[in-house]
Amino acid sequence: MELTLWTYEGPPHVGAMRIASSMKEIHYVLHAPQGDTYADLLFTMIERRGQRPPVTYTTFQARDLGGDTAELVKKNIKEAVERFKPKTLLVGESCTAELIQDQPGALAKGMGFDMPIVNLELPAYSKKENWGASETFYQLARTLLKEKVNSSEKINPLRWKELGRRPKVNILGPSLLGFRCRDDVIEIQRILSEQGIDTNVVAPLGASPNDIERLIDAEINICLYKEIAEASCEWLKRNFGMEYTNTIPIGIKNTIEFINEVHNKLDLPLSNKEELENKSKLPWYSKSVDSNYLTGKRVFIFGDGTHAIAAAKIAKDELGFEVVGLGTYSREMARQVRATAKELNVEALITNNYLEVEDAMKKAAPELVLGTQMERHSAKRLGIPCSVISTPMHVQDVPARYSPQMGWEGANVIFDDWVHPLMMGLEEHLIDMFKHDFEFVDGHQSHLGHTASKTKDLISSDDKKDNNPKEGIIWTESGRAELTKVPFFVRGKVKTNTEKYAILRGIPEISDETLYDAKAYFS
Amino acid sequence: MSKVEFNKETGPREVFCGLTSIVWLHRRMPDAFFLVVGSRTCAHLIQSAAGVMIFAEPRFGTAILEEKDLAGLADAHEELDRVVNDLISRRPEIKTLFLVGSCPSEVIKLDLATVAEKLNKRFLGKVRFVNYSGSGIETTFTQGEDGALKALIPLMESSNEEKLLLVGTLANNVEDRFKKIFGNLGISNVESFPPRQSTELPKIGKNTKVLLTQPYLSDTIRDLKHRGCEIISAPFPLGIEGSTKWFLAAAKAFKISELKVHEIISPLINRAKLALESHKEILKGKRLFLLPESQLEISLARFLHNECEMNLIEVGTPYLNKDLMKEEINLLPDNTKIVEGQHVEKQLDRVRESNPDLVVCGMGLANPLEAEGISTKWSIEMVFSPIHGIDQAADLAGLFSKPLRRNQILTSKTLVTN
Repeated sequence: MELTLWTYEGPPHVGAMRIASSMKEIHYVLHAPQGDTYADLLFTMIERRGQRPPVTYTTFQARDLGGDTAELVKKNIKEAVERFKPKTLLVGESCTAELIQDQPGALAKGMGFDMPIVNLELPAYSKKENWGASETFYQLARTLLKEKVNSSEKINPLRWKELGRRPKVNILGPSLLGFRCRDDVIEIQRILSEQGIDTNVVAPLGASPNDIERLIDAEINICLYKEIAEASCEWLKRNFGMEYTNTIPIGIKNTIEFINEVHNKLDLPLSNKEELENKSKLPWYSKSVDSNYLTGKRVFIFGDGTHAIAAAKIAKDELGFEVVGLGTYSREMARQVRATAKELNVEALITNNYLEVEDAMKKAAPELVLGTQMERHSAKRLGIPCSVISTPMHVQDVPARYSPQMGWEGANVIFDDWVHPLMMGLEEHLIDMFKHDFEFVDGHQSHLGHTASKTKDLISSDDKKDNNPKEGIIWTESGRAELTKVPFFVRGKVKTNTEKYAILRGIPEISDETLYDAKAYFS
Repeated sequence: MSKVEFNKETGPREVFCGLTSIVWLHRRMPDAFFLVVGSRTCAHLIQSAAGVMIFAEPRFGTAILEEKDLAGLADAHEELDRVVNDLISRRPEIKTLFLVGSCPSEVIKLDLATVAEKLNKRFLGKVRFVNYSGSGIETTFTQGEDGALKALIPLMESSNEEKLLLVGTLANNVEDRFKKIFGNLGISNVESFPPRQSTELPKIGKNTKVLLTQPYLSDTIRDLKHRGCEIISAPFPLGIEGSTKWFLAAAKAFKISELKVHEIISPLINRAKLALESHKEILKGKRLFLLPESQLEISLARFLHNECEMNLIEVGTPYLNKDLMKEEINLLPDNTKIVEGQHVEKQLDRVRESNPDLVVCGMGLANPLEAEGISTKWSIEMVFSPIHGIDQAADLAGLFSKPLRRNQILTSKTLVTN
């Protein structure tokens, strides 16, 4: 049993709903009690979808449990098929139905329909949303391509040359409730078509069962989000010999590497190599003198595996930040996140518990947080600027404007989205510096709202309360006065470091000089 | 009883389960914690319905069952013990802890009552434990509050003091208004259940006169009756008419003359009628379809027809207690079609066929209906907004006139482009 106050991922059947809702001509019969219908609002409210998810809930009640819930399942399947006439039917159960073991998938298969039926077994008590989405997409591909597994030859990625046409690829992984997927797909398709590469199928977003059957018309697969598509890409590789890409095109370096990887796999010469550096404004914006102040900014990163890893690389290599924390809630990608963290010399934080993330954030004393909506709230409480880089989705993460994360435009969006909160942070610093000037209106509102100033109060009241903090160390008047001159966003860190230094040196009283001694010692 | 048409429907539903009521219950009692014993789905449901990220640490959470908890119930009980211990040591300010059953905990027959009993002994004098079920296999949306209140009744001490007990969660400002008005009427001993602090439960007995503020409390009422309370029969205090009759019924139970009631509330009524006018102008003659969710549907239909002159196409309700609702049903126009239960697909067919001007529905259905050109109002807003009483009648009407007004603005001809 795990105490959860808030969770980064929903249950696995919500992952299955993401696949079903992303696609066309599919219907999902979910054996579930009435309350599970809440999941519809994720799509209709957060994604602002104008259609209901294609899901029928069997809505069993306590009084049905004594009787024949299997009959209820069959009745709902029959009605759903008649009403929605899907080309492919997904059948599965949510957590409660898993316990009563009606095996709805097997029931559906015995009902004599001629459409393909995918029986989804998603263990609700051990797995989570992204796993459920990945498994559903994989089972769907397996079912729809089953007959072609043995009859097809292995796909040669170079066959486009013999066929006398442009190379074709599939873009796999984008789904509803995925972070900026809608726009990433457009950006990646644009980049590919510029290189003379056609998109065969985008899936699951916007695909029909027929499109899934056409996957093998392409030479290779672009695995855009590993959380969703890696299992399917691996299966397509094993059974059809289709190669898939490993690089996630977020950031300039990775986008260029991605383009190289695609060209290598297809043996397509890359003709515009020199142009690529200038496709996005990020490299120049980052280089321009105005960005000098970004150097060494301490950044704390937490999100899904794909976006957290990408963010760490951009932060370090493309913006010149210092990554002081990196973590993910995607246990499936823990290994990759750990490897990236190791390269950056930080310890990876793999957890589902947002309170642990908040604690780690506090300890790392970053100047910028890149995280999920939850980290945005934690950062707000701590008075630290934040930009959101990952799911879980919030209505704010589905902007009206074109706003990808991937490719050239994605890099532009990232530069703006990450740097603007920092500028606000700088403004905050100025407010702090000039607050004693007489021109300064008293009660000037911080853009962070009241929480930021409260955090400042917290730190200063900490100072008072902690007059004898660790092992009898005392802050003198001069030490305290000097501490208040330190910018608020590093004040906590300076305070801890100075105390640490004082303990180390056996200094009983911290004066302004001790502060400078500690600063020199730790720099 | 007016000639109302009753129908029952079964099939796939589109409604919240009883766990959702935690969202308003925990705000009402800031010293209580609601611990759902359930699955990741339960945790995800509550956070999706409540937008809980604004809290550093919300006063509700889920003990998520894992595979090993399903293997042996004895272990599950021990595990729950451990989770509760952790929670109490982390949140020492908690005075009452609700153990809330869910669909999976009910199906595996996790005995929360026994767990609560044991914990009560261990934490005697520090924390009280009560249990109820908010599971979707037994409860719909607001019925969760019914379960929570019913679970508190055994903890209420007996007293023969004469008092008026308002039952059902109210917004604090509305509660204050009601108490002031009752005071003016001469009823000064007024208490509320649930109270603002979970430890300040009202005492009850044969001189307790119970006045319901919410229509979804069938079980609570039954148990209060068993404790000797007198239940005052009245419509619910939504709109001017409902609130007036509600005050009159209370006054009658306390032997206060009708004249006195009218004297006190007439100025309020006049003021409210004035405020209602602009909304009525928009709502008048418009056709309304209510999908089932909160059990407030019948009272809302009565208000929107009788006071705002809307036409009722269909009034859905997840559950109908005809006895509890008889005063409301009597006020409905003849031939009102009430449908208990739901077959969401068939009901949506009827929505489309009847071409309503406004549909009251859950959040899952609102945008899809809007996309089809049908204006909607989410029913969940009704349980979060202060809508009770004469003074709030215009605000209540405003919840329904706003989507129509917005629709008028956005479809205005000035938007036409070439």
